[in-house]
Amino acid sequence: MILQVLQVNTFYGSSHILQDVSFSVNSGEVVSLLGRNGVGKTTTLRSIMGLTPPRSGSILFKNKEIIGKPPYEAAWAGLAYMPDDLRIFPDLTCEENLDIAAKLSRHTGYWNRERVEELFPVLRARRKQKGLNLSGGEKKMLSLGRALMANPELILLDEPSEGLAPLVVGSLIQVIQEIKEKNVTILLADQNLKFCRRVCNRGYIVEKGRIVLEETMEGIWSNEEVIKRYLVL
Amino acid sequence: MLQSIVHVCLAGLSAGMFIWLVASGLTLIFGVLRVLNFAHGSFYMLGAYFCYTFLRFMGENFWLGLLVGPLCVCAAGFAMERFFLRYVYHLALPYQLLLTFAFVLLFDDLVKIFWGAGSIGSPAAPGLSGSISVLGRNFPVYSLFIIGVGPLIAVAMWVFLERTWLGCIIRAASSDREMASAIGVRVPALYTGVFMFGTWLGAIGGGLAVPYVGLLTPGMGETIIIDAFVVAVIGGMGSLKGAFLGALVIGLLSSFGTRFIPTFDMFLTFILMAVILVWRPQGLFGEST
Repeated sequence: MILQVLQVNTFYGSSHILQDVSFSVNSGEVVSLLGRNGVGKTTTLRSIMGLTPPRSGSILFKNKEIIGKPPYEAAWAGLAYMPDDLRIFPDLTCEENLDIAAKLSRHTGYWNRERVEELFPVLRARRKQKGLNLSGGEKKMLSLGRALMANPELILLDEPSEGLAPLVVGSLIQVIQEIKEKNVTILLADQNLKFCRRVCNRGYIVEKGRIVLEETMEGIWSNEEVIKRYLVL
Repeated sequence: MLQSIVHVCLAGLSAGMFIWLVASGLTLIFGVLRVLNFAHGSFYMLGAYFCYTFLRFMGENFWLGLLVGPLCVCAAGFAMERFFLRYVYHLALPYQLLLTFAFVLLFDDLVKIFWGAGSIGSPAAPGLSGSISVLGRNFPVYSLFIIGVGPLIAVAMWVFLERTWLGCIIRAASSDREMASAIGVRVPALYTGVFMFGTWLGAIGGGLAVPYVGLLTPGMGETIIIDAFVVAVIGGMGSLKGAFLGALVIGLLSSFGTRFIPTFDMFLTFILMAVILVWRPQGLFGEST
């Protein structure tokens, strides 16, 4: 087990967002957090990363406690994060956005700029462009590429398929499979059930800050009752 | 007439360079830490006093004083960031301003305690004293030296920020500290470092001012911090390019003001700031929000 989240409670001010959230991710898996907007998926990823520190609970990453640690320590431990708003550094060039992540990482491995550019050839063409001037799709690739550059063991992806045209979602599925083959474990939060079905092994359904169901992706896909109740708008 | 204008320009440029040195640190600190440091002028003052003291200790060697003095001020900057400012980053801007203003008073009184409340006459810089003739009228060599140092520091900062790894990390953290932290930047340590570097810039300005101003007085930081704030506002808060050009404009403007319409000297600076704020509230090079 690479990640174990136990009884985590996270607050924004006085509102209790995550309530006793517990789940786990095994090494080599692709696991999805599913649920409608505002149920706490993003907060869960931010809690793991240390960006929104939980008030109580335990988060074990490779059997080490990381709860309450600042984000940079989570990054050093081998976690990488792609936020839903991508957060490309606007003043840095495409190339700098990638290289800075590798420079700051404490891990080495398969991923380097050449391989990331092979995965996303458009990033090679945009090398000298400032992050500010990239299109939405390019920013998404860059944000995912930046996460890979750190050679993380676990990568957290917030809404990877959001806003992508169906054709692009198809290539994203390939990309995620390719990443998975390189022994990177993935925890993602996404609303696109079709997409999750293609890439994920298991899913957790989140509702009002709680995990209400754990199931294989096929199990969720075939359970109309669950889909209607928790996932369809 | 030409001779007079050239001299007024040179005087304005050298005055502008001091404002630039103070404004550069102020701007860098604001750009990265988002803290408006009122006490930045105090670093200028402390830089001058420490430089003066060390040059007295070290056989009247101005250059040694200039090397060591600002480093001592860096230690004061370190203490201020590490033990005080760090705890107010999450608070609203007025609290940060109040805290840094408290440091202005504190540093002023410390200077009065250790160096006395009166003015101290300062020595000339060895090798750069005296004047040379510019268009038939004498101009201080040291002021020409300052006109050269200012742009040199500007270029060095540009190279540091745009061409080095640390500079790249600073640019990343200044636009998005949270994401920088998430990719492994130890943000608190970076903040301390940037604050110390900004402190050093203010202090080196003060050190360089020792032979220029002639007299050291407690409170000498207040005059320059107001100019530096005006410059930072005109140039756009957080923009170093804006601070450099703003400092040149303010230096020249007040130099011409003093020479040709002395009654309106201060007035000109602030009317310019007011006009720019109305026309372009984010400053010349500021990002619109």
